[in-house]
Amino acid sequence: MASRALVGRLSSISTLEHSQTNTIKNLIGALNFVFYNDRKRNYSSQKRLVTMIPGDGIGPEISASVKQIFSAASVPIDWEDVDVTPVKGPDGLFRLPQKIFESMEKTKVGLKGPLATPIGKGHQSLNLALRKAFSLYANVRPCKSIEGYETPYKNVDIVTIRENTEGEYSGIEHTIVDGVVQSIKLITENASRRVAEYAFKYARENKRSTVTAVHKANIMRMSDGLFLKCCRNVAAKNKDIKFNEMYLDTVCLNLVQDPLAFDVLVMPNLYGDILSDLCAGLIGGLGVTPSGNIGEEGAIFESVHGTAPDIAGQNKANPTALLLSAVMMLRYMQLTPYADRIERAAFDVIREGKVLTGDLKGNATCSQFTEEICKKVTA
Amino acid sequence: MTYSMTMKMKPFLPFVISRATNITLMRNIMFKNWPHIPIVFRTLHQSDVLQNATIAEPISRPAGKHTVTLVPGDGVGPELMGGVREVFKAAGVPVEFEEVFISEISPNISASLNTVLDSFRRNKVGLKGIIKTPTTFKGGALQTLNMRIRRELDLFANVVLVRSIPGFQTRHNNLDFIIIREQTEGEYSALEHESVKGVIESLKIVTRKNSMRIAKFAFDYAMRHGRNKVTAVHKANIMKLGDGLFIQCCEEVAKMYPKIKFETMIIDNCCMQMVSNPYQFDVMVMPNLYGDIVDNLAAGLVGGAGVVPGECYSTSVAVFEQGARHSYAEAVGKNIANPTATLLASCNMLKHLHLEYHSKLIEDTVLKVIKGGKITTQDMGGYSSTTDFINAVVHSLP
Repeated sequence: MASRALVGRLSSISTLEHSQTNTIKNLIGALNFVFYNDRKRNYSSQKRLVTMIPGDGIGPEISASVKQIFSAASVPIDWEDVDVTPVKGPDGLFRLPQKIFESMEKTKVGLKGPLATPIGKGHQSLNLALRKAFSLYANVRPCKSIEGYETPYKNVDIVTIRENTEGEYSGIEHTIVDGVVQSIKLITENASRRVAEYAFKYARENKRSTVTAVHKANIMRMSDGLFLKCCRNVAAKNKDIKFNEMYLDTVCLNLVQDPLAFDVLVMPNLYGDILSDLCAGLIGGLGVTPSGNIGEEGAIFESVHGTAPDIAGQNKANPTALLLSAVMMLRYMQLTPYADRIERAAFDVIREGKVLTGDLKGNATCSQFTEEICKKVTA
Repeated sequence: MTYSMTMKMKPFLPFVISRATNITLMRNIMFKNWPHIPIVFRTLHQSDVLQNATIAEPISRPAGKHTVTLVPGDGVGPELMGGVREVFKAAGVPVEFEEVFISEISPNISASLNTVLDSFRRNKVGLKGIIKTPTTFKGGALQTLNMRIRRELDLFANVVLVRSIPGFQTRHNNLDFIIIREQTEGEYSALEHESVKGVIESLKIVTRKNSMRIAKFAFDYAMRHGRNKVTAVHKANIMKLGDGLFIQCCEEVAKMYPKIKFETMIIDNCCMQMVSNPYQFDVMVMPNLYGDIVDNLAAGLVGGAGVVPGECYSTSVAVFEQGARHSYAEAVGKNIANPTATLLASCNMLKHLHLEYHSKLIEDTVLKVIKGGKITTQDMGGYSSTTDFINAVVHSLP
């Protein structure tokens, strides 16, 4: 364990090349596998530790609200709060503090509020840093219409699963000559297979019937072609789940006309980014959409909305997105009964529509909304 | 023939302006004595403004006919083009089609690429169906036929006119915005290779030349059509150089058009805004792939691929086609496809040929048939076939 913390430290403090860090990481990972393979899993009878990153802006309020609801439901979880304000490294660059790596090393599961990424300051995005450090390869966003919160689209129930490590976001770009830029979209067989396998696993665990691969293989014939091929191969091994494939543009066209036709969508990075936000738009925006980042080592669940600095500290924020992310986390930790109870309570409160926060067209405060959910949970 | 009759009863009087004429007097005479004479100040390509003005049936017909290239395309394309021909015939449109069939999925009966390109180059104007690309890549050239046509003709700008159709209810009504898409480079560069087994690189190329060109096109378009705002869509927070260059070009061009508001939006946010509040958009400009996404999304908002017309421009050639490009191969021979998009695209083509009268005639008739609500195709919630719809349009022509 300590060795992995060491890797975190290495990658955060030292000025090693990324590839070098990776090599060391892989090496230590292999050692870990040998020595710690028989490490005991936590069982649900014990209280488990979860890393909490409250975040900036409205983050502290909504995470306090989630904690309150969790304790009302007596979920067997202890929280470890970690501040991720970047610290200046010896080379003058800002990086994530060491504590977050150590904590995540211990807990393997994290819940994260919104983080403010300073724009254009040569900072590495914190989200990106977390994603890289814990190799969070799949981003999962279930988008389910919330009764009582009306949008033009009814009964939406879509899950988007997005490959999170490569594709258009590989970050490899260069200017060839002045005025000509080349960006590289990287698609690898391993990453594509990994995310496809996760999609089928998710579908099975969550009793979903269909997985749709979203691609643009008529244009990007080799790269998206490879992604599609991986999906087809994995589908062939998972015959219990229905598989189909669709062009990205067809999905966009049909999604707004008939969102009910879709179930689980799996896709490369950029398309996932776009479609997950699009689906969130269908059900009422990022304020009610949960999100989870699944990795090989652990998982971080987060609310993907902004930090809303204009209402921070005014007790006006809506904790729904973070709460639903926490519910996803409980399901991931196989604490499903608690997850169901909390989710039902939250949806009941929104459906009744008596105590709602401002963004849901109500006039209650964040704490009133939280109290109401707590009442339902304990009832 | 309502408006043509009005115009026949009140013939347009030639009005000679001499240097001595007092301008105020002239204006008084024009507005007071002949208020029915439409005064339309036109600039190049401003045909949209004419929509609201009365258009007279041309007194003298053009000496010859316009020749237009027709590429029927795959899927339902040939059926829809048949419909267009029928309507054109019934409306007496002075246009002759030069039909060239080209297809990537049925290469045996396809004309060569050069034949098509020559035809487009000669006629300068074309009506095009959708050419389907096979999904499975079996090696060989990475460029699809569509890409090659666009590249060869340098059809750099794709314009999709998203407009709600009156009388056809969707989740969002009264939408009216325009999507302009760069379509010669970006993700559609067809530069891909396998570095090692299982690792594929796909190159996205963004150049300043093409970015400036499309930005300029978008702002010019906004000016000509009396639009107020241009929104540039990008993902420059991730692709800092590539999309960064695109945004930088848009910003540079925006400075030359102080009357038009300019804003930028990240593609994922744009899609979310599009489904929740699409009314905020006016003219949008974006690189290739995002254009594909937003075109289709917007088409979905106003009723699907069957109702949204689009057009492609190079410096010399204009090609008119559907806004959302789907060949709809599942519907071949079933007679269920919606010909609205193709008909509206053909109307835009007539406008481009300065056949405003015929353009408006057909457009009004199509919209009237839809608004009547009795004859609509399946995708619009009706039960009529493609032929029913075409016949209804033909019979409703005044």
